[in-house]
Amino acid sequence: MSAKEQILARIRRALPEPRPDADIPRDYLQAHGARTPAETVDLLAANLAEYRAKVHRVDEDGIAVLLARLLAERGASSVLVPPGLPPHWLAAADPTRIHDREASTPYELDAVDSVVTGCALAIAETGTIVLDGGPEQGRRRITLVPDHHICVVRVPAQVVDSVPQALPLLDPTRPLTWISGPSATSDIELDRVEGVHGPRTLEVILLGAQ
Amino acid sequence: MTGTYLGMPAFPDAAREAVRDEVLRANLRHATHTIRDKRARAVAELEDWDRLRAAGKAVKDHTLAHLDRYLLQLEAAVTAAGGTVHWAADADEANRIVTELVRATGEREVVKVKSMATQEIGLNEALEAAGIAAYETDLAELIVQLGHDRPSHILVPAIHRNRGEIRDIFAAEMGDWGRPAPEGLGDDPRELAEAARLHLREKFLRAKVAVSGANFMVAETGTLVVFESEGNGRMCLTLPETLISVVGIEKVIPTFRDLEIFLQTLPRSSTAERMNPYTTMWTGTADGDGPSVFHLVLLDNGRTDTLADEVGRQALRCIRCSACLNVCPVYERAGGHAYGSVYPGPIGAILSPQLRGTGSEIDATLPYASTLCGACYEVCPVAIDIPEVLVHLRERVVQGGPVTREGIRVRIRPADGHTAERAAMRAARLLLDRPDALRAGERLLARARRLRPRRLPGPGRAWTDSRELPELPERSFRDWWAAREKAAREKGARP
Repeated sequence: MSAKEQILARIRRALPEPRPDADIPRDYLQAHGARTPAETVDLLAANLAEYRAKVHRVDEDGIAVLLARLLAERGASSVLVPPGLPPHWLAAADPTRIHDREASTPYELDAVDSVVTGCALAIAETGTIVLDGGPEQGRRRITLVPDHHICVVRVPAQVVDSVPQALPLLDPTRPLTWISGPSATSDIELDRVEGVHGPRTLEVILLGAQ
Repeated sequence: MTGTYLGMPAFPDAAREAVRDEVLRANLRHATHTIRDKRARAVAELEDWDRLRAAGKAVKDHTLAHLDRYLLQLEAAVTAAGGTVHWAADADEANRIVTELVRATGEREVVKVKSMATQEIGLNEALEAAGIAAYETDLAELIVQLGHDRPSHILVPAIHRNRGEIRDIFAAEMGDWGRPAPEGLGDDPRELAEAARLHLREKFLRAKVAVSGANFMVAETGTLVVFESEGNGRMCLTLPETLISVVGIEKVIPTFRDLEIFLQTLPRSSTAERMNPYTTMWTGTADGDGPSVFHLVLLDNGRTDTLADEVGRQALRCIRCSACLNVCPVYERAGGHAYGSVYPGPIGAILSPQLRGTGSEIDATLPYASTLCGACYEVCPVAIDIPEVLVHLRERVVQGGPVTREGIRVRIRPADGHTAERAAMRAARLLLDRPDALRAGERLLARARRLRPRRLPGPGRAWTDSRELPELPERSFRDWWAAREKAAREKGARP
């Protein structure tokens, strides 16, 4: 008997028939509190900041200047660019563009200073941005290996209140990365230290009418 | 389960040693109190916590009741998404599968995401025996691995180490495994984390094979989910060419939507955060993004035996948040190593004896590693009634009885060393089954109160070495109650 048959047989022996389907009580809240779209964006900004992400607000006209400034302040000489990132976002930036290519090695990614991406959506209550590998976000590894990640969130369109509101908007067949603040560890005496293996600096740009 | 812990002293001996260690106790007290206070605040933020807890329990119970169906659905979904599914009935089989998969890649080293399942089966040791180096990449697991130590906590495996000890381990050991610690390394957590970053980064960048576990597997979509904070998980799950995930069969949940419950309850219960910094979800393989080869090893290793126990099976709901460890007065003083198992604390006290059986001395003593205060049940985000299972397992240790071992229903004998207890239980049952004898005995005791000895004879002596024998009441509760009722009746009869 194969291990599969063996395990399935043991399960069936362990459970008495009949086994009716249970109703899962889903009376938990779909969102915690009622907010206007603007308040939801404010909550996202507050929770991101509490998790040590740096939050900026800008409108379409100002994003190129803001990105150029953030990259310059960082001293970045190279920036990773996903294939679908709107070109005008980086129109004013100096660093060399490195394109997201399947063939690039982890060592090449490690030599890049910064990465700029969009996102699939952001969750206000938990201060989370979710990436799904779409054209504005690129492969999972480009937001992981460089030490500086700038993520642009379109507000209020890409912002939801809660986790239950986020899941129906996501496609599970795509690789999903949920990011809440920069990489952190609490493994040494439970003191929180930002930046272990993922980017030590996460900047989030809330892009929309000011 | 793994042979790593063979030869460990039984819980009372190990705990006695541990509570004498003042550094250990101070480290544990600091850590458990910090995290339990933070957790209480994080949970209090959600006004629907009790409803989320009930939903999480219901999802897990429903899945366990149809585990065969959901595992088959999961296998089909993972396969359709480009992955390969393997089934392992026990630790040896899982280790053999993983070793062969690594060998087939031609690689001699793997990077690992912290995983309780691979700890449980002793995978690192099995790989080492096959000439394959397995590098732990979670900071705490790295501290444990470099310190030739064992994990002592589910979430924070190096909770028993303070910063000075960690500095010494890094300075002494990093060079033997790869990039040495920087000269003059201090004990600031920031400096220590940086040393770990540099040491591990060279391993991440060259790794071709990674081994992980998973927090959840979604049957409907074939999606696997890993919660983490540091990014070491993301490194292992996305940079290598081959990914091998070893996951206990109880980690499956039916639908993608069900994640909305656990994404809210797991981070708040474990790290006391609204959300952990990184969660990675992957479904089979994705073109050009992440590993091109994905293997899922479904692990039984005692889980179906646990499922066969109607009271004990609720332990399989566990989502490994470790909240029960942080509130447990016994864990706080004894530490994780005393449990002699990869699953320490209250959950370990019910999970290990079920996965491994109560045959060994350590497993027979684990159901007693508790005061039954109930704090573990209160904090459990899937409402596992740990005290109920502890009492159930104590009964099994003392009296023996029917259990399922490796799929076969057997009757186990009472464990050795519980003779006095068993005799007491038998005597108690004899009396409790015969109310007249009990009443007579109680009256007799009340009359004989002046004859009360200061010390008990026989097996009770140890108890009275450190305690006063309680005074016997003038009359038994029954007599007192009967008299009270009678007085009330008489009073009620008179207007």
